[in-house]
Amino acid sequence: MMSKIVRTQANFLYPLIMIFGFYIVAHGHLTPGGGFQGGAVIATGVALIAVAYSYKNVKTWIKKTRLTATEAIGLLTFIITALLGISRSFFYNWLANTGLLFGQPVPYGINPGYLNTAGTLPIMNFAVGIEVLGGLGVIIMYYLHYIKEVSKNAV
Amino acid sequence: MRKLLLCTALIVVLAAFLYVSINPADFGYSTGDHLVFGHPRYVDMDDYFIHNGQNQTGANNIVTSIVFDYRGFDTLGEASVLFTAVLAVGMVLRALRRDAK
Repeated sequence: MMSKIVRTQANFLYPLIMIFGFYIVAHGHLTPGGGFQGGAVIATGVALIAVAYSYKNVKTWIKKTRLTATEAIGLLTFIITALLGISRSFFYNWLANTGLLFGQPVPYGINPGYLNTAGTLPIMNFAVGIEVLGGLGVIIMYYLHYIKEVSKNAV
Repeated sequence: MRKLLLCTALIVVLAAFLYVSINPADFGYSTGDHLVFGHPRYVDMDDYFIHNGQNQTGANNIVTSIVFDYRGFDTLGEASVLFTAVLAVGMVLRALRRDAK
């Protein structure tokens, strides 16, 4: 476990990193960024917590199995969303301009950016963001676990 | 021998880049006296995405609409690569852990 200064800073930064990451994921169809980048930002928060507090504490809060399940759910959601438009083609945008969820038509040209647009793109952004969060998080946890094992055997 | 090979490759790459930067007209448009770099010659597909992307997908961000809609298969491959990487990391570290025991 790191010193109190580092832990206080981590406590302060962790919600900000989470909010920023989810903002990037949620606004992937309006602003630069998207699922991959936002998921990587959220995984940085996991890494920050894992560094500030020791792995021994963190492994009870963030479970590897749950991260793996999150990753699988993200990839499955991505593929299922793509498959639902199979009547036209794989990866057909079946929600755009329908007036349903995320189906608001968008005017051509410069506009303020409406969140309720772009059809399947926000769903896919969320799916990929969840998948990247789970994948990178579980890689971090695996590495920390392995470092722990090696240092225990060495000493 | 290896160093000579590396130097030769480096010089060839450098010559190619220098040639492109000196004669950009061979690789892009030249407007008047100025040779403008970064103006590709074949712009049909770019124009199609810029003019129809917003109407067809409803996304302001054309890059996202290309990545997740027009070229969705590519993104599926990327996601699968990440999934496979996680599987490989888990497998390797688990095997090492068993060796340590």
